[in-house]
Amino acid sequence: MNTLNINGEPIAVAADASTPVLWVLRDNLGLTGTKFGCGIAACGACTVMVDGQAVRSCVLPVGTMAGKRIRTIEGVSASRAGRAVQAAWIALDVAQCGYCQSGQIMSATGLLEQTPRPSDAQIVEAMTGNICRCGTYQRIRAAIHRAAESLA
Amino acid sequence: MNPSWVTKRLAGARQAPPGNRKLSRRGFLQLTALAGGGLVVAWTSPHFLRWGMRRFVGATPSRSEPSDFIRINPDNSVQIQVNRIDFGQGALTALPMLVAEELDIDMDQVRASLAPAGEAYKDPVYGIQMTGGSSGVPNSWMQYREIGAATRTMLVAAAAAKWEVSTDSCTTSSGVVRSGPHSATYASLSADAARQPVPDKVTLRSAAQFKIIGRGQPRLDAVAASQGKKIYGMDVRLPNMKTALLIRAPRFGGRVESFDAATALKVEGVIDVFQVPTDRGGSGVAVIAEGYWPAKEARERVQITWQSGAGGTVSSEDLIESYRKAAQTPVSTALKADPSPSDGAPRNLAAQYWFPYLAHAPMEPLNATFEMTDTGAKVWYGAQFQSTDQLAIAQTLNLKPEQVSLMTLPAGGSFGRRATPTSDYLREGAAIVKVWGERLGRRADPLKMMWSREDDIKGGYYRPAHLHEVKVALDEQGQIVLWDHVIVGQSLSKGTPFESFIIKNGVDSTMIEGVVENIYALPMRLRVTHPDTPVPVLWLRSVGHTHTAYVVETLVDEIARAAAVDPVAWRLARWSKHSQPRHVAALELAVEQSGYGQALPDGHAWGVAVHESFDTVVAYIVDVSIANGRPKVHRVTAGVHANQVVNPTAAEAQIQGGALFGLAMTLPGFEITLKDGVVQQSQFTDYPPPRMADAPSVAVHFVPSAEPPTGLGEPGVPPIAPAMANALAQLTGKRLRRLPFDLS
Repeated sequence: MNTLNINGEPIAVAADASTPVLWVLRDNLGLTGTKFGCGIAACGACTVMVDGQAVRSCVLPVGTMAGKRIRTIEGVSASRAGRAVQAAWIALDVAQCGYCQSGQIMSATGLLEQTPRPSDAQIVEAMTGNICRCGTYQRIRAAIHRAAESLA
Repeated sequence: MNPSWVTKRLAGARQAPPGNRKLSRRGFLQLTALAGGGLVVAWTSPHFLRWGMRRFVGATPSRSEPSDFIRINPDNSVQIQVNRIDFGQGALTALPMLVAEELDIDMDQVRASLAPAGEAYKDPVYGIQMTGGSSGVPNSWMQYREIGAATRTMLVAAAAAKWEVSTDSCTTSSGVVRSGPHSATYASLSADAARQPVPDKVTLRSAAQFKIIGRGQPRLDAVAASQGKKIYGMDVRLPNMKTALLIRAPRFGGRVESFDAATALKVEGVIDVFQVPTDRGGSGVAVIAEGYWPAKEARERVQITWQSGAGGTVSSEDLIESYRKAAQTPVSTALKADPSPSDGAPRNLAAQYWFPYLAHAPMEPLNATFEMTDTGAKVWYGAQFQSTDQLAIAQTLNLKPEQVSLMTLPAGGSFGRRATPTSDYLREGAAIVKVWGERLGRRADPLKMMWSREDDIKGGYYRPAHLHEVKVALDEQGQIVLWDHVIVGQSLSKGTPFESFIIKNGVDSTMIEGVVENIYALPMRLRVTHPDTPVPVLWLRSVGHTHTAYVVETLVDEIARAAAVDPVAWRLARWSKHSQPRHVAALELAVEQSGYGQALPDGHAWGVAVHESFDTVVAYIVDVSIANGRPKVHRVTAGVHANQVVNPTAAEAQIQGGALFGLAMTLPGFEITLKDGVVQQSQFTDYPPPRMADAPSVAVHFVPSAEPPTGLGEPGVPPIAPAMANALAQLTGKRLRRLPFDLS
């Protein structure tokens, strides 16, 4: 039994310590906002924040999470940056199929929490781990700038 | 899939002008008041026997019950059923916009949902329920507007009768009818409206009267998507649901000789491991577990000895050689031309092109959730071909089609992969449920069948590999006297239920689309060979245009440049505003908006390509350089002629996304190769889609038009790769004849 801190709540989970956080969230807890895309940390669909850092939950063993704060898309609006990112995503109609967008929003929130006014190059660097097959990158870039402006 | 062979034939069906028109589905509408207030507008699908798809959908179309299309709720919100899947293209928003426009409600009153499998939701042109061919809005343009307008007419008639005023004195807006001092919400008029006769005629708004159509609307699911609350097939959860993974043979159609599951069964959370039939006459091993992770852990521990099956031992490099040979003796002729002018022509140009297999690789891996019930089965998934899938699942489970309920969930992309005429992954999922139930001796528990990314990349159903060989003969003046074009590639349709509609005279029309139209009116001979290569193939976003546009648009650029003619001028000289008005308008718009021809920084070049697909013309003008051996697209300007654009916000996104989807095909490593029958790629690492750094800024400009809408989901794809290649040829002096590009 592991006790996890997810979106500010302590949650007890019965899962083998090697189980990736992604599958604990999705299968054990029903938090399906975090998506499965590749399983090898290559696409970013499963991105969550652990102690403020955007990480790929599909390769993150749940046994390493004791004492750490996990934030998922379901809890991203708890932060000012998260709310700004969500609002910009909606305002610019970023999502197409939307499947990768939980991960994109988590990565963008992680970026803005560390770098409130990112340059284009910093955006590309922070977002390079997140694949979108619909090709929404142009609006993602614009939405991150918009969110940054709204936080200024 | 590409409907162009159908849309040409049925163009009249959806080209009706706006304004006062006879209701084409009169008698099929039915309004019913809800007990607690509110109104259901149901629609029974007419029987579109004029198009023969019925033949395989079912010999006798069932007399269907009317299904809800619109439901006016007691709170005056309006529930609208969408007869398509939404996997990003925006049907969930665009089709309700059409109803809202004519019903005269505001978009914030709209609640939209994806319709389950049902007679009423069949495509009004094709007669089967499906999403494809960029046809959602074009084919349902009149259907959804007429339903909205007829409902509004009945609501107004109810109000006029109640107030004893003329219907002419009544106005509507925001779901309210008004006349003089009177006003009433649609919901409050429900019971009376249900008693009104369905009108003979409805008056549709003209383009000048549109309040919603043509104005950008955000996706109706944008908020849910931003909160992780949008539920995809992958997110379906049922009580007591288990997860299934399937181990397929390393070669297509391979079979299990023997397997040992002893170690796999020791993984905690694993429930059962057993052999099942798989696609293409193969067999595999299914693993049932409490969730994905134990299923995956167990899957890796199953020991299997395989027999090869129908898949053979194809290797990509051998395939190129055999296709080259096949090109010398093409089997079927699509366009005839007298080849004699090429004899002794002063100039000849011969070019050979290779296009590899491509995987669709949608972000959401394939999945489907099955629940067996007392009466049949329910399946939740990203349903793109409901009518054929329903039959396939029913056959596998020994049920009647009407015993299989399909719930359409939004999908995380498809690009054609969920539109499989063979219903491959659904048959496999149903087979697992069936075999597991037999082993249990009772009804199987609800089961989510999932694919991993490796399953997806290795799983076949690829855009087929193609070889094009073109010989162009020119006279002394540089005029083309013969364009002799041969294409070798697998037929997409052979052996599928679509074969008789798509293959004519031995030619699969999905392979020649994009060249057979002969848009430059050249003396063209077009011949094809469809080899029976044992690799499963499938349409991929923009289908044949993914390769034909590249060949035509790069080769005409090469011919123009060789004649020292600007490639824009070359095209415009061949098109007139009478013969190709939409091509001219799209290209001129792109030229005007891009600043084409102006000096660019050193190391940059302009590139141009124009292509029509799905009745929409897209002209791209690109500014390209080379960085680290990769093409770098700095800017794309798109001139698009898609007639009336229903939702400009979504339309722009489709062109931008289409451009990137096409750009992907040029990037190093973006190809599926086989060696000895085994697919060599398995992940986003060795089959790498574009990332943000690869994504140019795409400025999209639409030619204004009030003509009925044409496709938008696919037409953005084809012209980007040739536009890039044409720019790169200016930088390197080399013509790229193989995708993905190799700039070394």
